[in-house]
Amino acid sequence: MQPDVALERERRRERRRTARWAGKGLAYLPPVLALVSGLILWEAAVRLFDVPRYLLPPPSEIIAAARSDAGALLGVHSRVTLMVAAAGLGCSVAAGVILGALIHRVQWLRQTLYPLLVISQTIPVIVLVPLLVVWFGYGLTPKLIIVAIVCFFPVAVAVVDGLDRADGRLVKLVRSMGASPGQIFWKVNVPSAAPSLFTGLRVAATYAVMAAVVSEWMGADQGLGVYIARSARSFRIDRVFAGVVLVSVYSVIAFWLVDALRKKALPWERLLSDHTNGRGEAGTRK
Amino acid sequence: MSVKARELAVYDIHKSFPFGAGRLDTLAGITFAAGAGEFVSIVGPSGCGKSTLLEIVCGLIEADRGTITIDGVRPATLVGQVAYMPQNDLLFPWRRVIDNVALPLEIAGVDRGTARREAAALFRLFGLEGFENAYPAELSGGMRQRAALMRTFLTRKGIVALDEPFGALDAHTRRKMQQWLAGVSAELGATILLVTHDVEEALILSDRVVVLSPRPARVVREFPVPLPRPRSILDPAFVRLKGEILSCLDAEETLEREVVAHDRK
Ligand SMILES: Nc1ncnc2c1ncn2[C@@H]1O[C@H](COP(=O)(O)OP(=O)(O)O)[C@@H](O)[C@H]1O
Ligand SMILES: [Mg+2]
Repeated sequence: MQPDVALERERRRERRRTARWAGKGLAYLPPVLALVSGLILWEAAVRLFDVPRYLLPPPSEIIAAARSDAGALLGVHSRVTLMVAAAGLGCSVAAGVILGALIHRVQWLRQTLYPLLVISQTIPVIVLVPLLVVWFGYGLTPKLIIVAIVCFFPVAVAVVDGLDRADGRLVKLVRSMGASPGQIFWKVNVPSAAPSLFTGLRVAATYAVMAAVVSEWMGADQGLGVYIARSARSFRIDRVFAGVVLVSVYSVIAFWLVDALRKKALPWERLLSDHTNGRGEAGTRK
Repeated sequence: MSVKARELAVYDIHKSFPFGAGRLDTLAGITFAAGAGEFVSIVGPSGCGKSTLLEIVCGLIEADRGTITIDGVRPATLVGQVAYMPQNDLLFPWRRVIDNVALPLEIAGVDRGTARREAAALFRLFGLEGFENAYPAELSGGMRQRAALMRTFLTRKGIVALDEPFGALDAHTRRKMQQWLAGVSAELGATILLVTHDVEEALILSDRVVVLSPRPARVVREFPVPLPRPRSILDPAFVRLKGEILSCLDAEETLEREVVAHDRK
């Protein structure tokens, strides 16, 4: 999936959700219901048709496998993978914000670097693995680089897009107050970019866990990726599933964390969507 | 709060914009002046170039020709000399009302605490007491407009340029806002330049009304408004003056139509 497509999809999803479920707190009910019924069907089908366990175990056995390996799964494997994910994400956010701001402000960088950045996304990260191994060996560095490469693009694009999106009329207004170019950037462009940055961050945070898992496949002895690969080699599909589910759970948590942070950092955003729904008017306050 | 009112003189301002293959003449030699502390309204049909004129006065765009002086001298740059309120309220959605209002002080380099204190002192006068910490989205249209006005006046420039400040409001709120501004404008002590297409609004508020022609705009006539304050729209003298200005605007538009029709032939 192309990250910019994912970004746009995020935006659409966001719009739909605020439109349909705004304020009802029911947004998570339908998917949870669908998931539970799917699991029940799965369990029934596997038992009914007697599917071999090494092909597809029922959910109950996946849960059992997860339980028996819980110590290692939640302990050392999670710790190693999440550490790589978080550190890689941190690097990519720092780099993405800096490069995004530079592309926004420096015209020749926008003309040279921005198209290259977009084209670079057509290179699948996985083909870089042998190269990274040659250059950096099997240590932490190449893994961080993989995560950073994957997460960097959505952040950088969101920053450029957000900074560009500042309302020209606001710029004119502060210019009439005698603002310097620096003041215009910090007081208009940067706050305008914050919502977009969080949308990019949400995509990046979700990718980070996945990228950390993939990075472990190029050689490591601990981590969720290692656990999944080993289990697959020994045909313990129940454990593979346990690992996959845990990775998904971490991705969802990352997504939630970014959203919670966004609500905290941008309290005014909620008011805007309320406002378009005809609420949040004055007079409801004392 | 009070600032030293400054005198504004606009002389022979021309402006055209690129349009298709040629250029669109928008301002064709605008000349008028506003004395220190005077309230001058500029009325003209929609699209005649009123906003363009204000943007030139505020230094946001360059005139093709003409001069603008403040207190008799031509400033090196007009940017930052005039407090400007654009056509929409344009509050920053991510700033609380108090920080929106304090923005011009922040830009002038005043530290945030002092800026907030100075802004807070004005909330009563602008009828926004208790809403200091609200976000703009929590305010009604009239309140947002008052917040934007408060921000404009807090710029402390001695000359204030307002571009159809009440244009987006419903008729009732607009009336109330006009009466309110009529009451506080003297207290604020600045020279005020108000752009509007509403003749009644101009008459309620100003000492003088400058009437512009349809684009390309020229000054058709100036009307002093020698009516006592507070003014009533029912006062016969008010009604008479309003009729005069409206027929002046109408005559211009009729003339414009005839010229266009003649050119087509
Ligand atoms: N930046 C611009 N480029 C091209 N044309 C413009 C620009 N700004 C204004 N105009 C044109 O100048 C004319 C006057 O516009 P404006 O000053 O906004 O009128 P008003 O405020 O009186 O309604 C309009 O025909 C508009 O299309
Ligand atoms: Mg206008």
